[in-house]
Amino acid sequence: MDEGNDGVIRTRGLTKRYRGGQLAVDGLDLTVPAGSVFGFLGPNGSGKTTTIRMLMGLIEPTSGTARVLGHAMPRSSRAVLPRVGALIEGPALYGYLTGRDNLLRYDAADSTADPRTRRARVAAALDRVGLTAAAGKKAKAYSLGMKQRLGLAAALLQPRRLLVLDEPTNGLDPQGMREIRSLIRELACDGTTVFLSSHLLDEIEQVCTHAAVMTQGRLVTQGAVAELAAGARGRLVVTTPDTGEAARVLKEQGVGDLVVGEDRVTGDPPERDLAEVNAALVTAGVRVRGFGLERASLEDAFVALTGEGFDVAG
Amino acid sequence: MSRAETAVRTPSPLWTFGLLRSELATTFRRWRTLALLGVLAAVPVLVGVAVRIETGDGSSPAHGGGGDGPAFIAQITNNGLFLVFTALAATLPFFLPMAVGVIAGDAIAGEANTGTLRYLLVAPAGRTRLLLAKYATTMVFCLVATLVVAVSALTVGALLFPLGDLTTISGTRIGFAEGLGRALLIALVVAASLTGLAALGLFVSTLTNSGIAAMATTVGLLITVQILDQIPQLHAIQPYLFSHYWLSFADLMREPVHWDGLVKNLQLQTLYAAVFGSAAWARFTAKDITA
Ligand SMILES: Nc1ncnc2c1ncn2[C@@H]1O[C@H](COP(=O)(O)OP(=O)(O)O)[C@@H](O)[C@H]1O
Ligand SMILES: [Mg+2]
Repeated sequence: MDEGNDGVIRTRGLTKRYRGGQLAVDGLDLTVPAGSVFGFLGPNGSGKTTTIRMLMGLIEPTSGTARVLGHAMPRSSRAVLPRVGALIEGPALYGYLTGRDNLLRYDAADSTADPRTRRARVAAALDRVGLTAAAGKKAKAYSLGMKQRLGLAAALLQPRRLLVLDEPTNGLDPQGMREIRSLIRELACDGTTVFLSSHLLDEIEQVCTHAAVMTQGRLVTQGAVAELAAGARGRLVVTTPDTGEAARVLKEQGVGDLVVGEDRVTGDPPERDLAEVNAALVTAGVRVRGFGLERASLEDAFVALTGEGFDVAG
Repeated sequence: MSRAETAVRTPSPLWTFGLLRSELATTFRRWRTLALLGVLAAVPVLVGVAVRIETGDGSSPAHGGGGDGPAFIAQITNNGLFLVFTALAATLPFFLPMAVGVIAGDAIAGEANTGTLRYLLVAPAGRTRLLLAKYATTMVFCLVATLVVAVSALTVGALLFPLGDLTTISGTRIGFAEGLGRALLIALVVAASLTGLAALGLFVSTLTNSGIAAMATTVGLLITVQILDQIPQLHAIQPYLFSHYWLSFADLMREPVHWDGLVKNLQLQTLYAAVFGSAAWARFTAKDITA
């Protein structure tokens, strides 16, 4: 298996134009490293689900290529997909079957799944998502959160190399979101690569090691979350009662984009050593209560990259 | 490479039938399927009771008669076994194919409608394998539905009427055991008569993401074809309508059996299954699944 250097997911010029003429994904070059928790970030309608459908062989790309676990998709679906667990555009269940029977059916659909261990694996998956007690209930009686968890259980019926989760916390309450996120972290600890799409910046920031940002079908950037955030530089923050004097000194020291607040002054940090800046403040008699760099968030990075707020494209 | 890789699985070829088993179990446990079978089981009861009330004075209708009503109905009072033939003749034009149209039309479109189709495909079920499992299940339904009618009719016939030797259409007499054998053969032929429609319904099912639309279209096609088959001016195309030779099963009650219509019927069903099965396959394996 050659996905080590190739990436667990690798797309080149991946493009999808729907039959209606809508260009949903436009020349996507994506590389998802093995072992990463990869956040696929973009506002609603930016092409995340369309990309995932192509990766899972559900739709044919208009042009370009997609490789998953080192094999071309959709051609190698039968070889690749048994090692991939997926939640795509929310869960879909047979309302007239129990939660357990839903999983038994999805497991039976996979011809590489051993029927002798089927019941045990279904029970383990139900246990993992905390649905053991509700396993005998008809799925139509499940709450949205339970359906979401049953969908996740279906993705966990086998040991997987890759989990593809399309907005897994959509429609959940904060408690449900926390549960799903901690489950994702657990799975990542087991060495499974997780590809997680979301339109929520803080979600990606909380759980992902890597991220890619989409707008209107195009990839804006991708890389390690730490590097992306570092790309947008942090802010120098000085807490002091003498804000006017502090601002004057900081300007002398080359700090740009100064913002003076009630009891703090912030600005873009200069190239020079920050120790010298601090010394200059003290020498000028500014009473410094706090001095430091505030780390840039992914949101800062996004705003810097696109020059706009995040939730714009409805 | 990684931990997961060590769990090497060597799938057995038999595991591939897990999907078919799941499909059968899911279909036949479904309330809707049971309701359809219940309606089919009720038809022979209604016919049997009606004939019984009608002839309550014990008078037996004239032999071989019956200008009106389904074939064989006049003979039921002499022999309950004829209720099997009557019930099949009564349900074949509409009730049986309608039930098949519901099952076949919903096969793919219903799964697309609920979104379960995408999860079956990423499981991965394989598109060809899923389609085969769906068609096989529909064919099993054709057989089960026909047998439900036949068994219900035989039970009602045995309860309400005498059983015994019977007279064929040709006027010769055959024993009850042979009559029973012919009834089974007729049930199989009736089930086979429905396989062309089943393929047509499956094809329709790959065209839409709405189960209701696919069912309605299939049943609509059935009604249209049944009407076209009645219009004398259209006799040139009628031999190609899937229902044209359906009632030829009655020829199994002749002595000797007339095979002509029976063979034509089975050929036509095979043709429909091949054409629409291929069309369904071509459509489904190339289709973008976005539902
Ligand atoms: N089946 C479809 N047919 C036509 N257009 C579609 C279809 N699915 C999505 N689109 C369009 O493609 C674009 C991307 O959609 P999608 O991939 O669902 O975005 P996201 O998952 O990021 O919200 C949107 O403009 C959407 O309207
Ligand atoms: Mg989406």
